[in-house]
Amino acid sequence: MALRQCAIYGKGGIGKSTTTQNLVAGLAELGKKVMIVGCDPKADSTRLILHSKAQNTIMEMAAEAGSVEDLELEDVLKIGYGNIKCVESGGPEPGVGCAGRGVITAINFLEEEGAYEADLDFVFYDVLGDVVCGGFAMPIRENKAQEIYIVCSGEMMAMYAANNIAKGIVKYASSGGVRLAGLICNSRNTAREDELIMELARQLGTQMIHFVPRDNVVQRAEIRRMTVIEYEPTAKQADEYRQLAQKIIDNKMFVVPTPISMDQLEDLLMEFGVLEEVDESIVGKSAAEEATA
Amino acid sequence: MASLTREETQALIQEVLEVYPDKAKKDRAKHLAVNDQSVEQSKKCIISNRKSQPGVMTIRGCAYAGSKGVVWGPIKDMVHISHGPVGCGAYSRAGRRNYYVGHTGVNTFGTMNFTSDFQEKDIVFGGDKKLDKLISEINELFPLVKGMSVQSECPIGLIGDDIEAVSKKKGKELEKPIVPVRCEGFRGVSQSLGHHIANDAIRDWVIGNRDGDNSFETGKYDVAVIGDYNIGGDAWASRILLEEMGLRVVAQWSGDGTLSEMELTPKVKLNLIHCYRSMNYISRFMEEKYGIPWMEYNFFGPTKIAESLRKIAAFFDETIQANAEKVIEKYTAEYEAVIAKYRPRLEGKKVMLYVGGLRPRHVIGAYEDLGMEVVGTGYEFAHNDDYDRTIKEMGDATLLYDDVTGYEFEEFVKKVKPDLIGSGIKEKYIFQKMGVPFRQMHSWDYSGPYHGYDGFAIFARDMDMTVNNPCWKSLQAPWQKPAEGEAEAIAASA
Repeated sequence: MALRQCAIYGKGGIGKSTTTQNLVAGLAELGKKVMIVGCDPKADSTRLILHSKAQNTIMEMAAEAGSVEDLELEDVLKIGYGNIKCVESGGPEPGVGCAGRGVITAINFLEEEGAYEADLDFVFYDVLGDVVCGGFAMPIRENKAQEIYIVCSGEMMAMYAANNIAKGIVKYASSGGVRLAGLICNSRNTAREDELIMELARQLGTQMIHFVPRDNVVQRAEIRRMTVIEYEPTAKQADEYRQLAQKIIDNKMFVVPTPISMDQLEDLLMEFGVLEEVDESIVGKSAAEEATA
Repeated sequence: MASLTREETQALIQEVLEVYPDKAKKDRAKHLAVNDQSVEQSKKCIISNRKSQPGVMTIRGCAYAGSKGVVWGPIKDMVHISHGPVGCGAYSRAGRRNYYVGHTGVNTFGTMNFTSDFQEKDIVFGGDKKLDKLISEINELFPLVKGMSVQSECPIGLIGDDIEAVSKKKGKELEKPIVPVRCEGFRGVSQSLGHHIANDAIRDWVIGNRDGDNSFETGKYDVAVIGDYNIGGDAWASRILLEEMGLRVVAQWSGDGTLSEMELTPKVKLNLIHCYRSMNYISRFMEEKYGIPWMEYNFFGPTKIAESLRKIAAFFDETIQANAEKVIEKYTAEYEAVIAKYRPRLEGKKVMLYVGGLRPRHVIGAYEDLGMEVVGTGYEFAHNDDYDRTIKEMGDATLLYDDVTGYEFEEFVKKVKPDLIGSGIKEKYIFQKMGVPFRQMHSWDYSGPYHGYDGFAIFARDMDMTVNNPCWKSLQAPWQKPAEGEAEAIAASA
């Protein structure tokens, strides 16, 4: 099987890292050889696989050694649950330096050191919430991730972010082979959430590949720095992640997305009652003005 | 002659290190050594290719300098775009005197500066569109351009522009190779990584371009000259010797070189590599992929030239071997006359060198041909395989200094008291003001060539006119000189 490289994007705090690690554990359980590349200075993309607080990152180790040329692959690549290979690009603290460059340097390093040459079935890039600069688009450049999964929920800002990410994909799809492979709905238990995300997916020209219900076992596992599949393999939620893993293995629907306009998105949200119809007469009116009116 | 002993040299290093704080001392100690010819591997005595210490004066350049300034820049029929703000391109323009034949601005572009001149908005919104437009404009204005390279300056790597995607698209559109080079200056510890990155770009975007195309008629004596940058015409003075011995020089990298020559290189029988440091990567790659052997050679001074010509000839048949002898014989009278004229004027003079990645060892033989002795040498950006090659060339107990600091170099010179220093523009005026004869050994002080037999005559003349220049006797101001008879009086009273 040829190596498939996938990138996971989505609004900050939506559960990208948790979903990625749980689904990767599912892939590993199915006998797939997987590597996770964390592309977020927070470096929390591999903790559930490694049972650690935060793995030593490439940039951290490079800063210590003097330069990235002084590093060896073994220094930064750790093996965790299910023989999953884990690396974290790492980067600066908030407010200083350039996190995007950290991602570029880290991925270049992995390529030069032959991290992708080992026999791997999947590489997953877990990327910082927003594609704020070219660095965070590095994982979806040519010869890198060709499939993008967007994690979202039925909340307005999550859908707004998903649509924005789709816009970014269109840009890169025109110059390379990157495609949108589906939305993963990480449920927040809002009303008709599954239908809403399916409709959003339809409008974006893609699919909702799986609906991951909300379940407290995820948090219980997370406190133990474990994936659900490892913590409680018989849990119903573990099966959800297994299903997601299987759907990704079988996935053939790779599209250039058709992002929608802000108005279309608002219409959709109103249709599902997430957003109320805007009363144009109250826009820009203070409470005092309204009282006198 | 008054050379230092092993113990004295070691003591000198210790003395110089004394001024450093502990941490810096520990680091710098690893970069300074007393040469010991019996050592097989230099890593036992010297460390190289490491980050320079903050606070010292280092002479090193950056990865962009290594790629644009050294490897790519001299390819004359391509335009090399300095991608980013204007300074890098402006200050590196035409600085290295890579001579070439052609009509600048028509079919060659070596001394011109092309830059995308990044502004605030390009940093914020990305420069891909600008690069796209720039490439089209260059192609329109200079239709004879054969291809382009995109030399990344620092900001490109920071904002993460996808220059590969733009290059690929434009390459297809214009049907000319557009080569993206990720040589951002902040990468690596010196220009050395820039050489490597540039070599990798050649590997990925140029070398395979004529795979499967057999229209080029190959010959059994085809060679390529790799890593000669034709400074002051060096490559020309080398090339004629190879041609006179019956070899066909298919390609010349990269001094006076062309894109087409680079593309044809995988078809030669032997790669002859002059600057090992900057071009060993691509030579090794061609050996791996195409099975082309490579050989280092040295055309500085008649001893090394003869040695190298014979070594090259040994790779070919008896005809070439006989020709090599003829070539050596042809030039014997000429170089003997040079030696006869200059050796008596230079015999016994001591030289200290500090140059880039090759000359600190390659020119030793030429000095020795003139009866001079190199008593100290060091590299800006060498790796340990360079020092491996240097140990054997240098005399026992001589000084080796890697990435030498301004302070160390000055102190060494004060103690060793060489008759000549060969280094770069940044060192030149310091040492001249100290009253030490000095030659620039990067640019040949705007002279040259120094390669080949032709170059040797110029080299000898230049060294003589520097070392024996009457100006060195006039360094003391007249009012500081002892008055007539005063010196004798002092001597008598002592």
